[in-house]
Amino acid sequence: MTIADDPATTAPGYKWVGTRPIRPDGFEKVTGRARFGADLMLAGMLEGSVLRSPHAHARITSIDTTKAASIPGVKAIITGADFPEPAGNPTDQDMCRNAIARDKVLYEGHVVAAVAATSKRVANQALAAIEVTYEVLPHVMTVDEAMAPGAVLLHDNMITKGVDPAPTEPSNVASRVVYQRGELDKGFADADVVVERTFTTKPVHQGYIEPHAAVADTTPDGRSTVWCSSQGHFAMRAYSAKVLGWDPSRLKVIPAEIGGGFGGKTTIYLEPLAVRLSQKAGRPVRLVMGRDEVFKATGPASASKVKIKMGANKAGEITAAELWMAYEAGAYPGSAIGAGSMTALAPYNIPHFIIEGFDVVVNKPRVYSYRAPGAPQSAFAVESVVDELAHKLGIDPIDFRLKNAVEEGMQAPYGPKYQKIGFRETLEAIKNHPHYTAPLGPNQGRGVAAGFWFNAGMNSSAVVHVNEDGNVTVVTGSPDIGGSRASMALMAAEEFGIDYDRVRPLVADTEQVGFNDVTGGSRVTLATGAAVVEACRKVIADLRGRAAKTWDVPVEQVEWVDGQAQHVDGSQPPLSLAAIAKGWARTGGPISAAASLNARGVGAGFSTQIVDVEVDPDTGHTQVVRYTTAQDAGRAIHPSYVEGQLQGGVVQGIGWALNEEYVYRADGTMDNPSFLDYRIPVASDLPMIDAVIVEVPNPGHPYGVRGVGEVGIVPPLAAVANAVAAATGQRFTDLPLSPPRVLDGILNGTDAN
Amino acid sequence: MVRVFFSAGLRSLTGGATDIEVEAGTVKRLLAELDARYPGMAERLSEGTAVAINGEIINDALYEPIPDGAEVHFLEALKGG
Repeated sequence: MTIADDPATTAPGYKWVGTRPIRPDGFEKVTGRARFGADLMLAGMLEGSVLRSPHAHARITSIDTTKAASIPGVKAIITGADFPEPAGNPTDQDMCRNAIARDKVLYEGHVVAAVAATSKRVANQALAAIEVTYEVLPHVMTVDEAMAPGAVLLHDNMITKGVDPAPTEPSNVASRVVYQRGELDKGFADADVVVERTFTTKPVHQGYIEPHAAVADTTPDGRSTVWCSSQGHFAMRAYSAKVLGWDPSRLKVIPAEIGGGFGGKTTIYLEPLAVRLSQKAGRPVRLVMGRDEVFKATGPASASKVKIKMGANKAGEITAAELWMAYEAGAYPGSAIGAGSMTALAPYNIPHFIIEGFDVVVNKPRVYSYRAPGAPQSAFAVESVVDELAHKLGIDPIDFRLKNAVEEGMQAPYGPKYQKIGFRETLEAIKNHPHYTAPLGPNQGRGVAAGFWFNAGMNSSAVVHVNEDGNVTVVTGSPDIGGSRASMALMAAEEFGIDYDRVRPLVADTEQVGFNDVTGGSRVTLATGAAVVEACRKVIADLRGRAAKTWDVPVEQVEWVDGQAQHVDGSQPPLSLAAIAKGWARTGGPISAAASLNARGVGAGFSTQIVDVEVDPDTGHTQVVRYTTAQDAGRAIHPSYVEGQLQGGVVQGIGWALNEEYVYRADGTMDNPSFLDYRIPVASDLPMIDAVIVEVPNPGHPYGVRGVGEVGIVPPLAAVANAVAAATGQRFTDLPLSPPRVLDGILNGTDAN
Repeated sequence: MVRVFFSAGLRSLTGGATDIEVEAGTVKRLLAELDARYPGMAERLSEGTAVAINGEIINDALYEPIPDGAEVHFLEALKGG
């Protein structure tokens, strides 16, 4: 279902944009022919295994690989000593130490060594024979523990940034951010109702089905080819090179198909280890993580603690908000506390607020991006309190949000003024949806919530070739996760005026196309799409020139219409793309063009969602019975894949709200590193997610595109919690809303009441 | 002239000033001007910072032109997922 803000202006007569053809990579994927990270087999390839820390925090006092190396079939063993001293800026150095530990391990799962052998069995046997001695250190597992006076330190020299004057003593607080407007006291004095609560969330994993995998073939000339599943092979090249101490150009990274990433595959784990093992062994090496390694050693999203106080007047205007937020960074600085702070109040025009955020290291895996990184945690707190304020004031929750909603020209809480945005349209889409007024059954409750995400532009490159038969090849370097091959082909087909099936979109390796940033930040359809459109337009200009040459007329007299060159006065028979291609040798040679850009014109995304849940009063189990999401897509190039993004974000948010959490033992080791014990929602758990595409075109993109991949995960945490509050009469402030927690709240009340 | 706004985290360098007007045709010139007025500002904004010009957030914006009358904000550079 698609809702356009103004049908007169948003139905410009596209032939391909907005249609739903089969994805170009669909055949290979449904027939099992597509090759994912672990599928590659090379002649002479060795299998690798990684030795990981069993401790949450320990000093490595010795590593002895003698016994392991003597096992027949073992071809290479590496430790931190096989890598150069970390160099570059602090973030780069942390990345190097996270890739393989040197003197200290900072979390269970931290890499200590790796082995390459003739079989996985032998590699695992060798791992068991590596003798590591540790001096086990005390650990801190939560922001409360890590921020407490006298807490054990992960990093002896970490001074909190963003505090003036700078602290003189190190701590586990990596940085502090502050966003502020107006006079807080005045804002709260203007309020008729104030709600004050503390919210917490646990670490949650992106939960991609395909574990990390990498194959490296390092050759004696000092170069290496890497095949890996990632969201950006250029980033894998750059990051791996930093860990190895190499120039990036010594590495060629070939993108495998990717079985889910959601932000978690925008960084390296196995790649530099595979390269070094292959270099030492002189043979190709494959490394594949098990699910337990994925949980223990790759970056989840931050656990969070958010204290919030918000006030509103009887007219329904939010007058003030005060937020204190602390996000777990894991072992190294770098949580998304900045984005969490900037997005927290972004949907609302609030005259007086302060947001103070802290990035806090703990003895857990270093967190990494997860769909709209940082935004879901703060939105859980804000949207829960917004819901409660609306109810206390007796105002419909959508009307309350409409009353305070930001619009174009208003100043965002993080500073700049909003450009063209469609928040209000998503609120109205939900309010006008039949779901909003549908009757509820026994033990059921309804919740709504909204969310914001910036979206991104960044760097992209594309090459467009016209083949000799007049078909077109579109080459980019953006791994296709959510259907971007189809989107690129649709935009190229629209530009050329040819059938979609005549466009072949490819994802090329790091040596075959110019640089592309990661497939992340909801940026590919916008940014890589803009590069494709620009390259297509260069080719079309060339085609017009060749037609002009053929007809011996000025190029100004040639138009490109419906896949062919036409003379403006019709005095020449049209020349099709195929006809021009056929004669290219006479008009200047093969036809192709490239475009590279640092994308501009990013359009921000908003989503509003409504959910009905049914809570079993005897077990505390929460069943989602109906869910509708409305999101501004700007323009849906391929509506089916846009709907897929909307639905996927919601489903992951439901998991975050109801089930998912890292459970740790007292010794700082993870108790549930499998999909049996870490419960993500599956199809049988959920109803159909009704996706409403709202189209408020982004004026910054040739087709009006806004990124759609991330903002959908921002509202569900609060939407579900608001629905559970409506169903049970209890306000839950700690996620996940697993049956034991909900049952306890039903039986004994929650602290929040 | 362009109007530059300072987030709460930068105001310790500006003596509490929330915004100023300066002459600057590019982000690079703006940073030089700000560093001259508020020593340390250029270093503070050298890494991990994006620039918003008239509402458009731009990473790696050092040579970006700034139109006359524009509003400029400095933001933390963002990662997507």
